[in-house]
Amino acid sequence: MKQETMPRTWPGDIYKTFKRLKVAQVAYVPDAGHTQLILDCQADAEMKTVSLTTEQEGVAMLSGAWLGGNRGALLMQSSGAGNCINMLSLAQECRFPMLMLITMRGEWGEFNPWQLAMGQSTQKVLEHSGCVVQRVDKPEEVGEVVFAGGQMAFSTNRPVAVLIGQRIIGFKDWSK
Amino acid sequence: MMAAAKKSSGTLDRREVVGRILDRRGDSLVVTGLGSSCYDAGVHDHPNTFYLWGAMGAAAMMGLGLALAQPDRRVVVITGDGEMLMGLGSLATIGAQKPDNLSIVVIDNELYAETGMQATHTARGVDLALMAKGAGFTLAQTVKSEQDLAGAIEALYSTRGAVFLDVKVSPKRYPMSIRLRDGAHIKNRFRENLLGSAAFD
Repeated sequence: MKQETMPRTWPGDIYKTFKRLKVAQVAYVPDAGHTQLILDCQADAEMKTVSLTTEQEGVAMLSGAWLGGNRGALLMQSSGAGNCINMLSLAQECRFPMLMLITMRGEWGEFNPWQLAMGQSTQKVLEHSGCVVQRVDKPEEVGEVVFAGGQMAFSTNRPVAVLIGQRIIGFKDWSK
Repeated sequence: MMAAAKKSSGTLDRREVVGRILDRRGDSLVVTGLGSSCYDAGVHDHPNTFYLWGAMGAAAMMGLGLALAQPDRRVVVITGDGEMLMGLGSLATIGAQKPDNLSIVVIDNELYAETGMQATHTARGVDLALMAKGAGFTLAQTVKSEQDLAGAIEALYSTRGAVFLDVKVSPKRYPMSIRLRDGAHIKNRFRENLLGSAAFD
């Protein structure tokens, strides 16, 4: 297996966008695609980063953050979207804003068949759970799409999920 | 046939326990779990209380997000054993995060009271306080008597760190209290009272 070799600038673009959006709490279940972003947020004294045991905890946590006046973002991989379904009722019923950044698996050259069930249903599941879903498939557009999603989330009081296409994350070559 | 009387090991009265906790709230911020905990707290309604009517398993993590956003206030989560059991992972997350100002109180009747009084795992020996202790809470205690309760309430407001109280209560059921259940309204009321005009920036 080998990862993409091009230097990545989009994780840094997301971090800068978080600063611009005044994101103060970042909750995450780790994903390889979010490695650098998590490190950047952890190094920022103005951000509280929280490692979760399951993604649904993040939906509840960011609702509490908003109650207390903080803006929050939730980082996960597409496999975690399904874990959030019932907890998103909190965001839908109470109109809690939250920005969810979801790195996609199971869609572009995926080698692991177990990733397809959730990867292929992530967008539908989130839409049915009351989220606005936006996608980005070009690395140079990641920062802009995250900013637009964040503005919509925090200005209209809704959960907004930005799906970061697997093609951006990088292709794992599974051939021998 | 009459249903058998449902038993739990607790003897404390849930409404009295919650009343005594809320009497001491001062400027604390409160999150309740769904069901009976919501109705217990609703008897003492306050704009600084956020009531969950669903999203089972959310209460402790809402408390963490709120505690991180408001580090100068004590955040008190009041929830039931069934609700806590659905969010057990959050004990590990809170233990790892080590907030200075978060207290979780489980009103533990060892029953799913809303759904027909079925036994929860706490009726079968699962010790929530021990789990919280294992997760790294600063103080984690099971409260069984009036004697324990007074000290435990004092500790939940004065301990710097994460506090967990599992209060064993009797299975007695009370009627619903508060009628306020519109989530957006409960949220906006809470934020406006806490944040003033910034709530609608």
